[in-house]
Amino acid sequence: MILRRLTSMLITAIALLSAAPAVAQLRIEINRGVSEAVPVAVVPFGYDGPGQAPIDAAGVIAGDLERSGRFAPLPDDDMISQPTSGREVNFTDWRLLKTDFLVIGSLLDQGADRYLIRFQVFDVFRGAQVLGFQIPASANSLRAASHRAADMIFEKLTGTPGAFSTRIAYVSVTRQGEKDLYRLFVADADGANPRMISESSQPLMSPGWSPDGRRLAYVSFEGSRSAIFVQELATGKRTEVSARPGINGAPAFSPDGRWLALTLSGQDGNLDIHVLNPATGQLRRLTKNPAIDTEAAWSADGKAIYFTSDRSGGPQVYMVPVDGSGGARRITFEGRYNARPRVTPDGASLAVVHNDQGNYRIALVDLETKSTHILTDGRQDESPSIAPNGSMIIYATRVAGRGTLAAVSTDGRISQTLAAAAGDVREPVWSPYPTY
Amino acid sequence: MQTKRLFTIAIACLLAAGCAKTTKPDEDATDVVGADGEISRQTGIDTGAVAGGTEYLEPGMLPGDSTLIQETVIYFDFDTARIRPDYSEALSAHARRLVGNQGLNVRLEGHADERGSREYNIGLGERRAQAVRQVLMLQGVSAAQITTVSYGEERPAARGSDEAAWERNRRVEIVYSE
Repeated sequence: MILRRLTSMLITAIALLSAAPAVAQLRIEINRGVSEAVPVAVVPFGYDGPGQAPIDAAGVIAGDLERSGRFAPLPDDDMISQPTSGREVNFTDWRLLKTDFLVIGSLLDQGADRYLIRFQVFDVFRGAQVLGFQIPASANSLRAASHRAADMIFEKLTGTPGAFSTRIAYVSVTRQGEKDLYRLFVADADGANPRMISESSQPLMSPGWSPDGRRLAYVSFEGSRSAIFVQELATGKRTEVSARPGINGAPAFSPDGRWLALTLSGQDGNLDIHVLNPATGQLRRLTKNPAIDTEAAWSADGKAIYFTSDRSGGPQVYMVPVDGSGGARRITFEGRYNARPRVTPDGASLAVVHNDQGNYRIALVDLETKSTHILTDGRQDESPSIAPNGSMIIYATRVAGRGTLAAVSTDGRISQTLAAAAGDVREPVWSPYPTY
Repeated sequence: MQTKRLFTIAIACLLAAGCAKTTKPDEDATDVVGADGEISRQTGIDTGAVAGGTEYLEPGMLPGDSTLIQETVIYFDFDTARIRPDYSEALSAHARRLVGNQGLNVRLEGHADERGSREYNIGLGERRAQAVRQVLMLQGVSAAQITTVSYGEERPAARGSDEAAWERNRRVEIVYSE
């Protein structure tokens, strides 16, 4: 009996130990890519240093390019040769394999925790180098350096900056016995390196990045009330910036990082958009309407705020100037439900949650023509967040009853699922570009 | 929550059983006049080991209120914060309890079903909590005794993505604290 109890305790302990990383790790699957994906070969990098190479940089780069849906990397086994320097490249080999572009490189261990990732990109048809670069790194930043190489390659070949060096924040919810456990994670854009930054038995929601990518604002319900916190990622230090009576919700940093748009309701429950300067405590109310006004999103120039309001009956997107120079103007008209706007980096469109015949889907609304373009086909898609290069929108969906993350390209051609091993994942938010 | 509802049902069944027995005179029975004039009756067990007892009432409460205040979850129809008429008795009982016990506080926790965007659902949950708050305040409860919090869709009472689960999640929970 005692033995059995011990065994079961041991099994529980092992399960708990192994659960944390398994739960957190996201695995990306490409559901739909472009049919004309560009054939590319990323040859395993050479390594000059003691022991084994500390990272498969070519594998990271090939993975990034493949997940973008725009490139089809050649499997290593199909390569006729595996050059690591320009001198060794025989373009005939690669033309034979119908490869458009060739990426080669090497990793140098320079000692004292200093590394150098060198890479070259060749146009196989022209037989000419199109890009050559070297990035210094430490053991801890080798992965980030590899993503940065992928960003540069992607930009050279597509004309769009890559977003592989960015990160994603999301909320994960797992059951612990009778209770839910809410956790806020930050992971690399490819799902690797998940780090828990906050954990609570009460809901955590609405994470939002500061424009320098160093802080996250979010809502926590600890103490059975809502409050907005800003947490510094590097130190884990967090500050309570709003815990007023009623709702404290939907925080959004201004493009200059000085202001936080947020939803406050006061004791009487009238949700309105406010802007707060967390450094000075200065607070300004931007809307004054008995309806629900919430889910603020700053325009690219920081001069206006888009938000959800049901002042016309159902939720629609409105816009209000931040300087108080005018009233709110309605932006969306197509359909009876358009909520949670996010502005594309070029400022031309809004990603919204749109009700399409009873299904909640992610749509792009063109701000000039006002036309609505539905991008996803789920039943409960929500929380759209746009990559800083404008290429992809990450969002939350449900697959087989579980909260799952997914991404779709803004042109609708590429779609991916980011599956967690267990529990629900939700509210993904794409970080800005890292600052180098 | 589930156990509380079951308890309410159990009490109701006991009352019903007592009523059904009224044809047989019973010396342990106690008549209770409810708020609506209805008569209910509690009955002791034949062995005589346990007496019937009478309803315990806090200051300000009317006979029958101790049963009514066990209704602590108010459910709502889709996309509305309108309180169904069948909750008015229970809410009146809660109001009498709060008016009669100024030291008692209540937290109204509003919730929404999972459909649609999360922060907007926080708004819908708050609207429901405010609707209950208004009813209590109209019956004399002081604003200082009431706080509201909206969890939106973040703390569902029922799992699942069907109408049965959604119905149980569109709710306001009445939580007392000293």
